[in-house]
Amino acid sequence: MNILVCIKRVPDIGAKVELTGDRRAIVTRNLGFTISPHEECAVEEAVQWIEKDGGVSTVLTLGPDGAEEQLRDSLARGVDRGILLEVEEGEWDPGETARAIVEAIRAGGREGVGFDLFLFGNEAADTGDFQVGIRVAHALNLPCVTGIKHLELVDNKAVCKREVDSGWEVYEVPLPAVITVKEGINLPRYPSLRGTMKAKKKPVDRVRPERSGAGLQMLELSHPPEQGKKVEMLGEGSAAAPKVVELLKDLEVIPS
Amino acid sequence: MIIGLVEHDRGVLEESSLQMLTFARGLAARMETSLTAVLVGPEARPLAESLKPYGMSNIILAEGDRLEHYAPEAWARVVLTLMEERRPEVVLAPGTDRGNEVMGHVGAKADLPMAANCSGMHPGDPFKVTRLRWGSSLLEEAVVEGDPRLATVALHVMEPEEASLFNEPTMEVFSPVFEDTDFRVRVTALEETVADGITLKTAPVVIGGGRGVGSEEGYAVLEELAGLVGGAVGGSRVATNNGWRPHSDQIGLTGNRIAPELYIACGISGAIQHMVGCKGAKRILVINNDPEAALFSKADYGVIGDLHEVLPAIIREIKKG
Repeated sequence: MNILVCIKRVPDIGAKVELTGDRRAIVTRNLGFTISPHEECAVEEAVQWIEKDGGVSTVLTLGPDGAEEQLRDSLARGVDRGILLEVEEGEWDPGETARAIVEAIRAGGREGVGFDLFLFGNEAADTGDFQVGIRVAHALNLPCVTGIKHLELVDNKAVCKREVDSGWEVYEVPLPAVITVKEGINLPRYPSLRGTMKAKKKPVDRVRPERSGAGLQMLELSHPPEQGKKVEMLGEGSAAAPKVVELLKDLEVIPS
Repeated sequence: MIIGLVEHDRGVLEESSLQMLTFARGLAARMETSLTAVLVGPEARPLAESLKPYGMSNIILAEGDRLEHYAPEAWARVVLTLMEERRPEVVLAPGTDRGNEVMGHVGAKADLPMAANCSGMHPGDPFKVTRLRWGSSLLEEAVVEGDPRLATVALHVMEPEEASLFNEPTMEVFSPVFEDTDFRVRVTALEETVADGITLKTAPVVIGGGRGVGSEEGYAVLEELAGLVGGAVGGSRVATNNGWRPHSDQIGLTGNRIAPELYIACGISGAIQHMVGCKGAKRILVINNDPEAALFSKADYGVIGDLHEVLPAIIREIKKG
């Protein structure tokens, strides 16, 4: 089994985001960075399948120099090697990103594309484009199943389940295939100290992709209008309980 | 012409499609062009009648014997064939899992950009859109290129509204030529789950716990209160990442979006990840021992205190009657 997992570095935002002066980015001076949540689960899924079936896992990201941190984080969780498609700070649209990933796959591929399984997140936490995995699948002429929360690999097939309101849709595709996953497919491990030490010695290749032209161009970001709520304080500690219960009665949550 | 791809699940119309058609009708008026609604699959035919009040000049029913089960690339083939034959200026779908998936395939096959989850459109040259980022915590102004422009419409930016005046649309059955690869990914089985009791999505009261709960066992007090008020219990991403609650209980950007009458948030600071999931609540009561917690600024009611003190006191008070 040879698995490629594609991830994105995103700022680890808290409760408020501040925009830069040109309004084209989030101020990240005081923020850490993290692997986008769905992709963190894609990494865990890759590691679990390699642990089970044997083989090699590779993690790839397109991002600035600093994105090596998210690759090393993935390596610390058990992925074998990394590829950084190193670009200047600034955004690449989903079409450009997919083209760069496909080029890297083809350049590194042995016997066709070389990988049995391509894992992506269903959508990135920041830009929410929902399409990079699909575009890569089309370029490689592979089947693509999106939004997966349960995956079984048996007999060179992927049996995938997608959660819908009424239950689970089941999809079955032959490998190689592209699967985009959602958080909930597994519970990602934290990197261990030993894993972190080992990760330092694992190989990370760097490639500088060429821009191919963005068809979706971000002009600027803004905050949505605030609702302007005013909070009514009901008290402190257990002394607030009578007022809370009064509220529950007023809202007809419990009978008065 | 604007094409609106209507989403349904085995003949049940999704409300998001009516939101999308309402959005598309407004856009068509501004662009002085017509709106065509597209329904895919044999089960969709009876839905045409319910679409008519939303005001479109044409309804296209795409049929074919292999369209019985949802297949994203087959749905994309319907759109792609219509793009070639009818030359629409814009193609829209609702910003749902399926809508984003099908339009992603359309964009990939046609090598055109696709703008997901748009909340606004400003037609012209350049053609600008407003998109939601970070689960609607930020807005993005962007230029989208391509002919046609491909986009999905974010959920709940516009509630469904019937047209004040509408003409009877023409109805047309359409049978595109499919390729076998259009069906390489399709729903092969459906496993129905029967929801037992009150769920996060339907509960009138939701009680959420975050970092402040501290452990899996800590949720007992939340469960007890939920039992007394007929509510459901959920957790923040901190809670699900720590394994205190299953991921299916997560309220947030990567979990459930809830819309109860009352949301009681306990020991949750109010990160954007969580706010995206709970902002549909009619009222929010925050219980947190940190008066600086960001969630207080989004709340209707607040209690400053440790949830492990405050919740037992509330439970005692309710039991007193």
